[in-house]
Amino acid sequence: MPDYAVVTFYSTHHALKAERILKKEIMISVVPVPRSISTNCGISIKFLTKDSGKAEEILKENHVDFEGIFPWPEG
Amino acid sequence: MKKNGLIYFDNAATSYPKPSATLEACKYFTNKVGANPGRSGHRLSVEAGRIAYDARASVAELFNIEDPLQIIFTYNATYAINMALLGLLNPGDHVITSSIEHNSIARPLRYLEGQGVELTRVSVDSKTCQVDPGDFKRAIKPNTKLIAILHGSNVTGAILPITEIGKIARGNDVLFLVDSAQTAGAYPIDVESMNIDLLAFTGHKSLFGMQGTGGLYVREGVNVRPLIRGGTGSKSEEDIQPNFMPDRLESGTPNTPGLAALAEGVKFVLTEGILKIRSHEEGLIKQLVDGLSAIDGVNLVGDMTLDCRLPVVSFNVKGLLPSEVGQILDEKYDIMVRVGIHCAPWAHQTMDTYPKGTIRTSLSYLNESDEVERFLNAVNEISKKRRT
Repeated sequence: MPDYAVVTFYSTHHALKAERILKKEIMISVVPVPRSISTNCGISIKFLTKDSGKAEEILKENHVDFEGIFPWPEG
Repeated sequence: MKKNGLIYFDNAATSYPKPSATLEACKYFTNKVGANPGRSGHRLSVEAGRIAYDARASVAELFNIEDPLQIIFTYNATYAINMALLGLLNPGDHVITSSIEHNSIARPLRYLEGQGVELTRVSVDSKTCQVDPGDFKRAIKPNTKLIAILHGSNVTGAILPITEIGKIARGNDVLFLVDSAQTAGAYPIDVESMNIDLLAFTGHKSLFGMQGTGGLYVREGVNVRPLIRGGTGSKSEEDIQPNFMPDRLESGTPNTPGLAALAEGVKFVLTEGILKIRSHEEGLIKQLVDGLSAIDGVNLVGDMTLDCRLPVVSFNVKGLLPSEVGQILDEKYDIMVRVGIHCAPWAHQTMDTYPKGTIRTSLSYLNESDEVERFLNAVNEISKKRRT
């Protein structure tokens, strides 16, 4: 199985803004936040771990607030 | 989007008809999505959130707002203006406005005056319906916090020189709030080039959305105290209101079907283009103004110079009360206009039409020249009958 990472947000509004920007550059999916990672807003964006650096760069460039990027928890 | 032979000339109150895509969007949301945006992680909630975000992004594009998340949605422009005024002004602050404001600015400012906020009203010339931007500059004092004015008058149709006034505000470190209820979607608005710090808009007039939608743009760094606090779907474990936008100022479930329609209404405006909309409306204004001016016994209110007015024209018919003319137009001619004071006593006092008011015709991009012709014939008959 490939390694996944997930970026979490303080607000769904930020997550949806991030979705519109990130989906132009990398493969993503919008998923419920794994409870073990964050209790903030309900949705997060999941992508391949190898794209983590790029995702972080794009979010910072576009001034999208996010909480953090975490490894996707194993089942 | 047809009106069964009726002529609806009350678009300054709310636009009708609407482009069919707005109704389709409402239906799609209600039938296929339904969920509460930003509250849950399931796909329907995410889809509802996307629809609301799409509305924000469309509005941002129309007004040249860099970050859509600096826009918050409200029920209407009045709510947005109240949020801005009550959330910015404190006792001891000074605020400058004009003497043709709608009650959406006049009433909260009168209330705040009673709470110790100092208020200056810049006068509007009763002939030209215009303000002198220099008067705003001269009214600024050390404690001036805000200039709050409308962009277009709902009574006279005059468009105020907000670019010049915005320059004065910015140059003097004064915040600038613009009420775009009559202009958003009908006249170009650019928050950057116009130095607008806060822009209140309504969704249901020239943006062609449904009633119950509107919003407020707040420039990043401008600190507006929330009017209401509550659930935002974010920081749910905390009992303190989040301080980031839009959550800070947007609590409770929004009108998502309305936002779905608003997104389509704004896209309609973007696709048609403000210049095409304006040019069509200018043609209608010219026809309306020329036609009314030629009728004996009709008195037009205000300056009729085309390049600084909206398709909103107030007039009176000699010997008849506005309410009588309105009733005849409705019952005999199937034409809907608004008569009376138009929620703007200041404007009528300025234009010397207080307390009788005026007959107001207000057109939209979706009106056509043959409707104006039918209207002019009706007014001509009413006025002639009065004279004979």
